[in-house]
Amino acid sequence: MAAASSLSRETLTAFLLRLADDHLVLGHRLSEWCGHAPMLEEDLAMPNMALDLIGQARSLYQYAGAVEGKGRDEDQLAYMRREREYVNCLMAERQNGDFAHTMLRQFYFAAFMQPLWQAMMTSTDEHLAGIAAKAEKEVAYHIRHAGEWVVRLGDGTEESTRRMKAAVEALAPYVDELFESDEVTRAMAEAGIAPDPTTLRSAFDAIVGPVFAEAGLEWVETPYGQTGGRQGRHGEALGFLLAELQYMQRTYPGMTW
Amino acid sequence: MTKNQIPLWEVFIRPRNGLAHKHCGSVHAADEVMALQAARDVYTRRGEGTSIWVVPSSAITASDPENKDENFEPALSKVYRHPTFYDIPEDVGHM
Repeated sequence: MAAASSLSRETLTAFLLRLADDHLVLGHRLSEWCGHAPMLEEDLAMPNMALDLIGQARSLYQYAGAVEGKGRDEDQLAYMRREREYVNCLMAERQNGDFAHTMLRQFYFAAFMQPLWQAMMTSTDEHLAGIAAKAEKEVAYHIRHAGEWVVRLGDGTEESTRRMKAAVEALAPYVDELFESDEVTRAMAEAGIAPDPTTLRSAFDAIVGPVFAEAGLEWVETPYGQTGGRQGRHGEALGFLLAELQYMQRTYPGMTW
Repeated sequence: MTKNQIPLWEVFIRPRNGLAHKHCGSVHAADEVMALQAARDVYTRRGEGTSIWVVPSSAITASDPENKDENFEPALSKVYRHPTFYDIPEDVGHM
């Protein structure tokens, strides 16, 4: 935590919570597939990825709680914050839709996170570098797995192609938000903790481009991207997600088992 | 007949270096790349493996269970084929 000296605890906490919320919310979304996947193999693959994401979220929440210094632990950060206090990107909270939609969303998020984790492996913040070193291997598999599905569905049957194209349309407005820059991300970049997201776009394009080419998919430009997640302004979907995620702790505060 | 879009694959896992790949089950997958991923997700979740093979189930030729007796029963009476009729000196240790 040496690097945090020139940086306020609030700013670092805000950054960590964004990352943690992305991973918890998307991990929860993926976990909703458990028992509903189109085949047994995917019924294991998706919860596998969900557990990777939730594990990463736990590490980030634990660290965020320690940096914040107000005695909040990972459970309190995950279960006792309100919807407007969540700062995940909007893509993560999007409803699952069909399997094509879920796989494309996973592919986009992994293609965003891989260069970010890779850069944070050499972060001036050693604790974060440690989390990144573990997560980087996990996200590499997510890219491979979701990417292979994007290719096979995009370049598959008439129906799978139609569905994957619909997913590209539906998710297009949520891509740009990932790469937004503000005072928090700029402070991270200045302190050498994490690169500014704007610098990750070319790496994202370099991952997505070849997969789209192989899948026969075309990138869809969207005139007005959706934004607001980092400021706690969410779509309708997140409230329902948190209601389910937080139900137990809200009903029986402090409950353990 | 329509082609099976997601055929069956047999999965072999090698638990550690130096050991042989062992059959551990099967998965459905569209092709060999997806079969390897499915095998990884289904059969190595608890750190079971360091290497995976997948083989199309259709590529396996199996012995006929009806020939079980003629195939395997003749071996049962030939106990002398088991290397248990000599003493191993203690100095040799575990073999």
